Amino acid sequence: MSFSITVQTQDFDVGREYAELIAGDTSAGAVVFFVGRVRDMNHARDVSGMSLEHYPGMTENVLQKILNEAKKRWELIAARIVHRVGELHVGDQIVFVGVTSAHREHAFQAAEFLMDFLKTQAPFWKKEVTSQGVVWVEENVKDVVAIRRW
Amino acid sequence: MIRVLFLAQLREQLGTAELQVVDEGVDSILALQQHLVTAHPQWEQFLSNNKLLVAVNHEYAKTNVVIKSGDEVAFFPPVTGG
Repeated sequence: MSFSITVQTQDFDVGREYAELIAGDTSAGAVVFFVGRVRDMNHARDVSGMSLEHYPGMTENVLQKILNEAKKRWELIAARIVHRVGELHVGDQIVFVGVTSAHREHAFQAAEFLMDFLKTQAPFWKKEVTSQGVVWVEENVKDVVAIRRW
Repeated sequence: MIRVLFLAQLREQLGTAELQVVDEGVDSILALQQHLVTAHPQWEQFLSNNKLLVAVNHEYAKTNVVIKSGDEVAFFPPVTGG
C-alpha cells in the first residue's frame, strides 16, 4: 500500500501507520506525517466533542485526486491519508497524513499540500458540541487563503 | 430522474436529505436550483447562498454544468474537515 486512503470511524495507531508507510522500502530517507486532533476550544467556545459527517464516494474520489496531484508535483515514494468520521471527543485523533520521499523538502511540502487541499476540498463537515450548544463549524478563511500558495 | 442530495447543515436547514427530480426541462444545475425553489419557496434563502458547493456524480461542478437523467447532484456548505 504505497498510496492509500481510508475513511473510518475507528481510531488509528500512528505507530502502525508509520511502520506501514515505510515497510519494505529503504530508499525513503524522509518521512513526514501530520496528525490532526479535536481541540478543546474553537472561536472562544469550549468544545467537548464533535461529529464528523462526509459524503461517501465523493470523499474518496477527492482525496485520490489530491494524492495524484501531489505525486505529480513531488517525488513521493509513499503516502497515506486516514480520516475519521462519526462521533469524536476532545483529544481524539481526526486525521493522519503521512508522506515518504528520498528528500525532506518533497516530503514536507507534499504533506502540507495534502492537508491544505484536504481541508478545503474533501467533503467532510464538523459539528461541534460546545458549552453554548451544537454548532456547525464554519469554513476557515485562513484555509482558503492557504491553498493559493500552491 | 435526477437524484438530489443535501448534506450537512443544508440538510438540516431544508429538513430533507434526498429527493428525486424528474429531469424534464432540468438540464443544468441552475435549472435544478430554480426547479427546487419553485417547488419549495421556503428553500430559496438557503439554496441561493453563494457559498454553497455543488457536485455532480462526486465531482465539483459549476452551476452551468449540464445534468441528465441518472445523475447524482449534491448541494452542500463549504467543507470543514481535517
